[in-house]
Amino acid sequence: MNTSTLPNGARGTTAVTVSRPSMQWYLTLAGVVLLIVGSLLSWCYDEGVLGNVSLNVNPGPIQVFMIVIAVLTLFFLLLRGGLFPVLDRLLDSARALRALGATATAFMVAVVIVIALQTSGLANADPGVFVALVGAALITWGSWSLASDPTVDPVSVHMRGWVDILVIVALLAIVLFGAAYALGQEDGTVFVLFLSVLGGVSLALARSGLFSWIRVIAQRHRQVLMLGAFAVAFLFPFTQNGSDANMSIATQVIIFATTALGLNIVVGLAGLLDLGYIAFLGAGAYVGATLSYSAFATIHWKPPFIVVMIIGACVSATLGLIIGTPTLRVSGDYLAIVTLAFGEIFRLAMFNLDGNNGPNLTRGPNGIPAIPDLEFFGFNFGDTHSIFGIPINRFGNYYFFLLVVAAIIILVFTRLNNSRIGRGWVAIREDEKAAEAMGVNTFGLKLFAFAGGAFLAGLAGTVKAHQDVSVTPDQYVFLESAFLLAAIVLGGMGTVAGVLIGATILKLLPEKLRFVSDYRLLIFGLLLVLIMRFRPEGLVASHRRQLEFHEEDTELAEHVEHAHLEATAGSEGSA
Amino acid sequence: MTATAHAASAPARTDPKVVLEAKGVIMRFGGLVAVDDVDMVVREGEIVGLIGPNGAGKTTFFNCLTGMYKPTEGTVTFEGSVLPPKPRAVVKAGMARTFQNIRLFGNMTALENVMVGRYCRTSAMALTSIVRGPKFRHEEAATRQRAQELLDFVGLGRTTEHLARNLPYGDQRRLEIARALATDPKLLLLDEPTAGMNPKETQETMDLIFKIRDSGLAVVVIEHDMRFIFTLCDRVLCLVRGALLVEGSPATVQSDPRVIEAYIGTGPDAPAPTPTAERPAVSLSKEEQA
Repeated sequence: MNTSTLPNGARGTTAVTVSRPSMQWYLTLAGVVLLIVGSLLSWCYDEGVLGNVSLNVNPGPIQVFMIVIAVLTLFFLLLRGGLFPVLDRLLDSARALRALGATATAFMVAVVIVIALQTSGLANADPGVFVALVGAALITWGSWSLASDPTVDPVSVHMRGWVDILVIVALLAIVLFGAAYALGQEDGTVFVLFLSVLGGVSLALARSGLFSWIRVIAQRHRQVLMLGAFAVAFLFPFTQNGSDANMSIATQVIIFATTALGLNIVVGLAGLLDLGYIAFLGAGAYVGATLSYSAFATIHWKPPFIVVMIIGACVSATLGLIIGTPTLRVSGDYLAIVTLAFGEIFRLAMFNLDGNNGPNLTRGPNGIPAIPDLEFFGFNFGDTHSIFGIPINRFGNYYFFLLVVAAIIILVFTRLNNSRIGRGWVAIREDEKAAEAMGVNTFGLKLFAFAGGAFLAGLAGTVKAHQDVSVTPDQYVFLESAFLLAAIVLGGMGTVAGVLIGATILKLLPEKLRFVSDYRLLIFGLLLVLIMRFRPEGLVASHRRQLEFHEEDTELAEHVEHAHLEATAGSEGSA
Repeated sequence: MTATAHAASAPARTDPKVVLEAKGVIMRFGGLVAVDDVDMVVREGEIVGLIGPNGAGKTTFFNCLTGMYKPTEGTVTFEGSVLPPKPRAVVKAGMARTFQNIRLFGNMTALENVMVGRYCRTSAMALTSIVRGPKFRHEEAATRQRAQELLDFVGLGRTTEHLARNLPYGDQRRLEIARALATDPKLLLLDEPTAGMNPKETQETMDLIFKIRDSGLAVVVIEHDMRFIFTLCDRVLCLVRGALLVEGSPATVQSDPRVIEAYIGTGPDAPAPTPTAERPAVSLSKEEQA
């Protein structure tokens, strides 16, 4: 591994001073030992609390979290102690340790409170929980006054290609097993605690600078990451062993994410605010339903499903053209209002096309139920098929199919973004007048994004009709459009990864947690407010979007430029 | 070198081939007449200057020419055909512009900015971009190469991958010119290309404009720097309060008392000739030196 530093790239000096283990270091180490010992002991007499934490040397899920935190803390401590000087230059261990300490302490306090609440008082707590609590507190105390050590900007670090790829593979493996493990937790409290640990650990790793490092790696090996992510998504059903509940959630997540990806072309790339996107999904779904083999289908023409998909997509795109053509000529805000109205019109139209007020197309509020499962060449999506001895159920089948649809949309997204059209979109977002004056067909490009987004939504909609079994107007309300938009804002406009993460968060939490689904508007509202305040570009933002949201931030601009220069230099070197 | 090139081409003013002809252009905003019946002819390989005090309607006239505004009356003819008042059609016909207040795409790199300029001369549409056949790759490579050539041409070859908003002011102006050149124009309209520049940068810009003219383009320049405009241009038009006041060679225009009056204002008793007498003397001697 060779480390090169450019004058404006290094956040600090490159000289590494291996600090002699100090008082605080030993204190933190003691905390780690106590935390591990505590987590191996019983925490509670009662077996029914927090999974099962009542056994010695046989830790329950919650205790496993603490052990993971302890091991991570130990890793950063050793880093700090000078065990891996190379890594120490990359990561700011002091900040990571502080974040880990805070997470562990908050977590242990929460555990003690939960035990006290769910049993009858603290008398039921075993000593182990207090040992762990003291350990967590010691970590916090010890790490609090550790000085941050200077690190090298990860952008200027060039490692061997296989190391990078190994990191990506390891990361994706962690994601796969983490997701499988989390979904396997039945107990809601355990799931929440898992998420909070995940949040805390992510925070710690982000503070150590690991994420920016990973980000650089990911950019360098974009294709490997894409393929890897698909492999993970593909392998996921095999970890579920035919479980209906989780696969149903996963299928819903993926259809939501697929739709959000289509919307991200409109919102993230072309910069158009579309508040009625769900209507395009609905149009596709209705086409899929009316042309299906359902006994309630109103059109008695049954083309093959691939034709239905294309028809659905074209119907949606036509609707997009119809509302886009007049509104996209005028500036920004009008489109938002018109699309909002269009969403409502669509819902009401579907509600009323029941034969009383017009042709009977949609059967009004009853919708079109009993849509049969898809069947390709004798492969029925409703049956459970066994692959490598692992049963893949109905949801699994749809999951795989939707994965293909998602792949198509991602391909369209990335390739358009990185082409003449994509450059035109950026130019329009930056300065529409100047773009027009430079010969960019601003109206045409906006209309294309709008209708193209509608096309993809229609495509996804036809599949959704079969997966949902029935199609009714109340599935396609404004709130759904708002959630799609929220997924994009939360995850990051203009990025694929961001939308996938945003969609997963927004869809998974209400499914897994009753508590969240009861208050989901409140919780997501707060979440969005926080995101807007602290990270307006979203969790995983594209550099360009980040710059757009921080026009005044020259430091960020310098940093992004440096990263870009490094990246282009790297790609030229390898080419 | 620049001066000799300039001097050599001065007779080319009689070249009959007209690139741009604006006839009776009037632009009214409500009761305000911003451009009042202005005629302008630009011939091949010519550098035309457009001067006038602040608010004279120079930029408005530019906007009328480039289709940013639809003139209330009058026509703009480019190479014999009347231009529709649509910026895109104007660019496609072969007329490109820069802006008085720099309007680059700040969050794109220098190269990407110029590549946007190639938009109207390339044709890859959605399906081609998604499938990425050999045609797409060829066009993309050609776009990139042409953009790089243009950056080299304006002297920004080393800042290709830098963000436009991080470039120094003078380089941003050059980048805007490169972006305009990327549209393969026959006529380039520059709106105050040296505003805010130091003398060295101004001189470099002048050299660049000569270089552009020598590559076969006609150029129209709006500028307040009189020394710059009288050294650079083959012909100068002076606008005052929207109307064309004087048109002619730099020497004619700079000695015209009405121009001096428009800039300096009328004295209480007589038009003050002294400050203007200095100006041409300096610019002329400089030209001869060079």
